Amino acid sequence: MAFQFDFDAVLAYWPQLLWGCMLTLQLSLLAMPITLGIAILCVYVLQMRERVSTVVIGGFVEAIRNTPFLVQIFFLFFGLPTLGVRLDPNVAAILALGLNGAAYAIEILRGGVEAISRGQVEAGVALGLRSVQIFRYIIVKPALRAVYPAMTSQFIFLMLTSSIASSITASELTHVGAEIEAETFRSFEVYFTIAVLYLVMSFGLSRLFAIVGRLSFSYPTR
Amino acid sequence: MITSLGPVQYLLLLQGLLWTLALSSVGFLCGGIGGFGIALARSSGLRWLESLASAFIEVFRGTPLLLQLFIVYYGVGLLNIDMSPWLAVAVALMLHASAFLGEIWRGSIQSVPLGQTEAATALGLHYADRMRYVVLPQAVKVSIPATIGFLVQLVKGTSLAAIVNFTELSRTGTLLSNLTYRPLMIYAIVGAIYFVVCWPLSWFGRAMERRFTPADRT
Repeated sequence: MAFQFDFDAVLAYWPQLLWGCMLTLQLSLLAMPITLGIAILCVYVLQMRERVSTVVIGGFVEAIRNTPFLVQIFFLFFGLPTLGVRLDPNVAAILALGLNGAAYAIEILRGGVEAISRGQVEAGVALGLRSVQIFRYIIVKPALRAVYPAMTSQFIFLMLTSSIASSITASELTHVGAEIEAETFRSFEVYFTIAVLYLVMSFGLSRLFAIVGRLSFSYPTR
Repeated sequence: MITSLGPVQYLLLLQGLLWTLALSSVGFLCGGIGGFGIALARSSGLRWLESLASAFIEVFRGTPLLLQLFIVYYGVGLLNIDMSPWLAVAVALMLHASAFLGEIWRGSIQSVPLGQTEAATALGLHYADRMRYVVLPQAVKVSIPATIGFLVQLVKGTSLAAIVNFTELSRTGTLLSNLTYRPLMIYAIVGAIYFVVCWPLSWFGRAMERRFTPADRT
């Protein structure tokens, strides 16, 4: 007997699916500022060219980039309680996503900072700007502008990665999908629908980032 | 009963690592073949073929690998063919790798100046010869760093097979952590094993990138 697809049974759950999308976006949008914050902080510290901190940040970046996200999130969620730190699944997910994204964001932002010519910074010094001002207006902002496309695709990747947080029962779309699957037994249709929703969200985010980019970096360069 | 962490447990982890490496190799090799086709289609100059290839790439880049795994895994079940979970996971990784490698290699092919293709055409070379002797040798050099970068992503990506209960390295870690009640230790070891596999690759990729970058980037 040929298999009958039954998407109606899944689409009947549309309020839950929509809610799942909201949860995924919420999780990702909370993790993104952590990612960006850590990246900017680390790039600031790297600027000082101090030996120990450079090695520590380098070690963090390599450790995160060369191990799977699944193992990282398990380490945080199942491992840390043995040290007495018990995290809520959502907190663990946001933390893991933020830290994971940061390792990539540091590399991206550093690339942008390295492209800024020395003369710009010297001009800032000559104008009497304080070092924080130089870092903020002469280093970070133009660097962010230069790496904006790479940074935003990293953020979209972060949103897609958040699906893995379902494995520690964090509330997000894939987890909602697993619940619908348990009620309908329509595994294929459920996950197909959810994949389509992720596709829509990643297109939506990329549009949104394009608009935000145009609004934030619309000043002329020369 | 609580098991302690002894030689047997380490051997189990090594066995898990073998499955991880097997999945990565199959995914990379088969994905490489698929990716090559996608890259050629994407830079073929035929409108319909290019949009088809680019739709394939967009779908796989715009959805999580985990969902791709689920869809193939449950989709295979619907087809009434007896397929082992390991094959379903391998097929999903292969499709995923085809899309990403296809996009990387399309970029490399298009980075070869158009004048090269034009000169080859003027010399009377056909498509196959043009690709084989003129475009691809130059494109391969450009593509190496990004290709290795993706290989690292793929090795890490195989960990998601654990979620569909395929016993590779990560799931071996989960099973052992349930037996030993030492999740912190186990996941640290599992992470370290992935690191030992991935870090040399990352390092090599970066070395290649430095080598092929023009010296004018001071």
